[in-house]
Amino acid sequence: MQKFSAFALAKEALSGQKGWTRQWRDAAPKPAYEAIIVGGGGHGLGTAYYLAKKHGLRNIAVLEKGWIGGGNTGRNTTIIRSNYLFDESAALYDHSVKLWEGLSADLNYNVMFSQRGVMMLSHNVHDEQVFKRHVHANRLNGVDNEWLSPDQAKSFCPPLNIAPGMRHAVTGAALQRRAGTARHDAVAWGYARAADALGVDIIQNCEVTGIDRDASGRVSGVQTSRGAIATRRLGIVAAGNTSVLMAMAGQRMPLESYPLQALVSEPIKPIFPCVVMSNTIHAYISQSDKGELVIGAGTDAYISYSQRGALHISSHTLEAICELFPMFRRMRMLRNWGGIVDVTPDRSPIIAKTEVPGLYVNCGWGTGGFKATPGSADLFAYTMAKDEPHKINAPFNLERFGAGRLIDEAAAAAVAH
Amino acid sequence: MTQKYRLATGGLIDRRVTVPFTFDGKAMTGHAGDTLASALLANGVHLVGRSFKYHRPRGIVSAGAEEPNALVGVGRDEGHYTPNLRATQVELYHGLRAESQNRTPSLERDVGSITDRLWRFFPAGFYYKTFMWPKGAWTKFFEPRIRAIAGLGRSPAAPDAARYAQIYAHCDVLVIGAGPAGLSAALAAAETGARVILCDEQPQFGGALLAEPGQSAWLAEQRARLAGFANITMLPRTIAFGYFPHNMIGLAQDLTDHQGETSDDAPRGRLWQVRAKQVITATGAIERPLVFPDNDRPGIMLADAARTYVERYAVKPGNRAVVFTAHDDAYRAAVSLHEAGVTIAAIVDLRESPEGPCLDAARAAGLPIRTHATIIGTEGNLRVAAVSVATIGAANAERIACDLVLMSGGFTPSVHLFSQSRGKLAFDPALDAFIPGTPAEPTIAAGAASGCQSLEAAIASGRAAGLSATGQAVAAPVAETVAAGFLGEVPHGRDPASVRAFVDFQNDVTAKDITLALAEGFRSIEHVKRYTTTGMATDQGKTSNMNALGIVSKSLGVPIPSIGTTTFRMPYTPIPFGYFAGYARGDLFEPVRETPIHAWAAEQGAVFEDVSLWKRARYFPRGAETMHEAVARECAAVRAGVGLFDASTLGKIEITGPDAAEFLNRMYVNAWTKLKPGRLRYGILLREDGFIIDDGVVGRIADDRFHVTTTTGGAARVLNMMEDYLQTEFTDLKVWLTSTTEQYAVIAVQGPRAREVIAPLVEDADISAAAMPHMSVVECRVAGVPARLFRVSFTGELGFEINVPADYGRAVWEAIDQAGQTHGIVPYGTETMHVLRAEKGYIIVGQETDGTATPDDVGLTWAIGKAKPDFVGKRALARTALASQTDRKQLVGLLTADPAEVLEEGAHLVADPAQPIPMTMLGHVTSSYWSAALNRSIALAMVRNGRARIGETLHVPLPGRSVAVTLTDPVFYDPEGARLDG
Repeated sequence: MQKFSAFALAKEALSGQKGWTRQWRDAAPKPAYEAIIVGGGGHGLGTAYYLAKKHGLRNIAVLEKGWIGGGNTGRNTTIIRSNYLFDESAALYDHSVKLWEGLSADLNYNVMFSQRGVMMLSHNVHDEQVFKRHVHANRLNGVDNEWLSPDQAKSFCPPLNIAPGMRHAVTGAALQRRAGTARHDAVAWGYARAADALGVDIIQNCEVTGIDRDASGRVSGVQTSRGAIATRRLGIVAAGNTSVLMAMAGQRMPLESYPLQALVSEPIKPIFPCVVMSNTIHAYISQSDKGELVIGAGTDAYISYSQRGALHISSHTLEAICELFPMFRRMRMLRNWGGIVDVTPDRSPIIAKTEVPGLYVNCGWGTGGFKATPGSADLFAYTMAKDEPHKINAPFNLERFGAGRLIDEAAAAAVAH
Repeated sequence: MTQKYRLATGGLIDRRVTVPFTFDGKAMTGHAGDTLASALLANGVHLVGRSFKYHRPRGIVSAGAEEPNALVGVGRDEGHYTPNLRATQVELYHGLRAESQNRTPSLERDVGSITDRLWRFFPAGFYYKTFMWPKGAWTKFFEPRIRAIAGLGRSPAAPDAARYAQIYAHCDVLVIGAGPAGLSAALAAAETGARVILCDEQPQFGGALLAEPGQSAWLAEQRARLAGFANITMLPRTIAFGYFPHNMIGLAQDLTDHQGETSDDAPRGRLWQVRAKQVITATGAIERPLVFPDNDRPGIMLADAARTYVERYAVKPGNRAVVFTAHDDAYRAAVSLHEAGVTIAAIVDLRESPEGPCLDAARAAGLPIRTHATIIGTEGNLRVAAVSVATIGAANAERIACDLVLMSGGFTPSVHLFSQSRGKLAFDPALDAFIPGTPAEPTIAAGAASGCQSLEAAIASGRAAGLSATGQAVAAPVAETVAAGFLGEVPHGRDPASVRAFVDFQNDVTAKDITLALAEGFRSIEHVKRYTTTGMATDQGKTSNMNALGIVSKSLGVPIPSIGTTTFRMPYTPIPFGYFAGYARGDLFEPVRETPIHAWAAEQGAVFEDVSLWKRARYFPRGAETMHEAVARECAAVRAGVGLFDASTLGKIEITGPDAAEFLNRMYVNAWTKLKPGRLRYGILLREDGFIIDDGVVGRIADDRFHVTTTTGGAARVLNMMEDYLQTEFTDLKVWLTSTTEQYAVIAVQGPRAREVIAPLVEDADISAAAMPHMSVVECRVAGVPARLFRVSFTGELGFEINVPADYGRAVWEAIDQAGQTHGIVPYGTETMHVLRAEKGYIIVGQETDGTATPDDVGLTWAIGKAKPDFVGKRALARTALASQTDRKQLVGLLTADPAEVLEEGAHLVADPAQPIPMTMLGHVTSSYWSAALNRSIALAMVRNGRARIGETLHVPLPGRSVAVTLTDPVFYDPEGARLDG
């Protein structure tokens, strides 16, 4: 792999940028692989990377029906945090934050992980109860999260309106300082490049159309738009399309897919130093390195595969943003888009083996998958390599729905992930 | 400065009205009818901004919404300041104050331009390749510096002072764009009597014809005809920004921005949400720049824009121009400028042997034309000073001095809205452009947006669209020969590594950035866009996307239709947040709900809290009482005498019909069949996963009528859930649901003296203990008002809840308060209500429960109708994890070792507070209060296997200390329930 550094940039600056090579090969499918990952988003590419790097597999392919990073990896608002309530979730997401902290160096790709702090606003007594419960649980789990008064919240985020008379007055905030944002595209590309360097074939424009199984029922390969490919280890990491793929192996998934929207303003000079979320009035906001205000809205009420949401949903979010930050009311929406989020009954993910030997699934990240990318990929690689879950992802199995052993963060906290 | 570049005649400006304005503090003047851009050009100002990445000096490129460079901040004060406005779209008004952006300290001298001198070190995507070391340096060191260089304008520093309006509308035909095609379409549709809405972003209708003096008579005629139709709604200054499913279009109408410094009483703008039977997009076409070395200097502009400045604004954009083109239309611009007194130093045409009437006109005017030629470089720092022209493929170039360069690579139809509607684009090889193909909604493209290039064709296609949209027969389209132009980087023969030919002006993306991305393996057009940022600036690639596609196509040897486009997204041009937020601000943002008693409570000095959208009185302080003191007093008053509580926010649903009882049987865990009219029952509602979602007291008013109450926050959720089941699962039941939350005021009278207080006010009912036991309901009159009188208690004391029509709520409340004075009646708020119920171990859904608790977890197994075949959540309750009794969290009481210590709600419980982190947590505190009745603190908690642990000591670790607690039964007060009967 060509080493990226300031030195390399300087060298290429003086030689007309002629020395840069492909960041990943445009691989054609081989007849067979030791493992195949379906889904070229951050989670899938990361899985291939960790399979190769930590578990020694070399003959791996990632199949992507479009272009890598084109799904939710490239459509989210890039918030990263781990101040989750339940032990299982805190362990999962904090595993991820720890990997984020070393990811740029690990991949030799600047994913711009910026630990700017994520502040979640409280607007009433119920919010305070919920957030303080989080703060206490996080402290005992070793996850940083602290309670701020409205004045402290304002000094952490000066544009915030904390006037006591406002419609939903800010009564405090929970702040995780290690939380922040990253550059979403770079995560996909960085993993792709590093995985490619370890021999992983990244195959774009390759849509899986069937899953083959042998007489014992074990996975034996996939049918694709570019022909049949054999494998005995198949990982499905396809977000909203996971249900469709799993159905090819006769598996019905506990998933519903909803459109989720986000939008950006025109870029402005630095004004907003952190991430602010308000679940009570449905808004979250940060400022990108480019200067755009990045704003997330809620999901539509109806299931859909259309990658766009309803106007009244994004309008409601802007109402909330304008109340919390009245100086942004004249800022202008530059672009609004949608993604499809796959939601489980308890809004927690599935990272698991399935009842089909050789078939593994990683899905159900709902509205909060980006933050988990490195941890999810690492744990899924472990699960595929060892044919058993790591202890962190063991609770995130498929059986929990039948057993009722749910990990319901959203119900517990009324918190959008 | 005088308007040195203003022409003496012509144009649509009003020379009688001189309009003063400032740019970066410099005073200038323009005329009514100017844009800020045309007024700046009239004053000889081309340099108006700095680019995003390299901070290159930039001038005005266009005359419309596609402008990539001329971005300015405008506003008289911080409350009216908007950054990043395109000078080409800002109508000039008296006193307008504009400032340039992204420069320090001045537009002419910008320290940020150091990046321009070091441009070789900053190719596309450079930031992915460095700044990775040491760990943490990105957040603390590199990122803040990159952020400071990036960004364009600055945020307003004060809250927006303006107001915004919103409106919904329906029509038969919505015509977007009032150029020749749109005007023809609107008139053709209106002739059939159809209701038509015609919108255009410009202050005047006419589109491209506003810059065609030769067509002014035709235009005037069409406008006059429009005025004759009452069925046409005309919306100038209105941008159609978004195309939503089912033919809903978002329009943003500017109401006052163009008027300048008006009062804020009138709305600044209005968001229209139009549902149209048919949409006609007559949105025109956008001219493409040519991509040649150093094509970004101030003074280099689109040819048609230059012609527009001459013909519409009577401004001469320079004195000596070179025209660089691959399209005939630029010759018209050359002739216009020539006639306006601009010297045309050369027309440089990329094509080998162009011919046609436009060329003939240029030749007739004596303009020098060089065909099969190209521009290989330009000179000039803050303004273009010269270009180097060479025959394609030849080595030597001719230097031509100039202060203006016109460029035209042809026209790109504006297919943004059509594509937003999910219509399929088709590639037209004759145009070298995408045009609307198969539509996904009832929508028709017309005029230049559909690929027309001649006026005749545009008018005919507009008329055809208008007829077709109203179901009329349509004549055959006008045949025309269209011309493509040029896509991609022009041939210049120079070392590609040493020149910069800009594709995306605002984001400083050059042709070689795109080829670098391709070389690095970014082949999908989406990857190219994201890696180079081409098309991601505030103009969203209106002038750059097709050239980027051309470069990709040529480099990869793949035809453009096989590459495809990036996704067109709303909004077409940036729209202020305020338009979307509309009226929803202050108290109208999620409008406050107040009970009929609210004003009374406010008069008494109550302190309110937000509970969902409601304001609820939290406590009623007397004098200088703290909340703690007030609540202790209120609690004591209820336990010893009587208290008055406003429970009006409780959700209420009237369930009627012959199957009402069966419906409740299926929804709630409880059994309802045997509940007699006149009796109440505490109901529990589960989700299908077996967890409690709501609770409330349900009264049977008659065999076929129930009065259901829900939690305050759950009212809408429960009604939705019931309707969902009724309409999708229980379609066999004859049941009707009506929300009555706001129809009743609910007055709770609680305490041993409650009956004595209300008895004198009750008519038509016997409320004696014998006649009206606990958990019964009677319809009667209270204080002369028809009432549903519940005997029910959420305090553990003798209690009544009086439901009266909301309009009489305050009158009845005051009557009770009056009657209670001799009994020492005290109003109490939600905080006291919470303490009193916690003393009794009554749960609050959402506080003790959190969406993960079953009825058994909170000790409510007794409520489940065991004999019922089914209810929502029944099957889920049988699941192993829910049926297990050993590791579920269960409701218990907590008593601290120190009775004065009130635990913090949300604190967690552990067995060993000295264990290392991460600790094994056994549960958490859900409610915690000072109990006046018990003269100590109490708390409720959900604890793993809690009921079996009663009597054990656990610990609450807090920062720096730990609190020991003993687990108890959750009922702290009157466990026998003796006080319910007073």
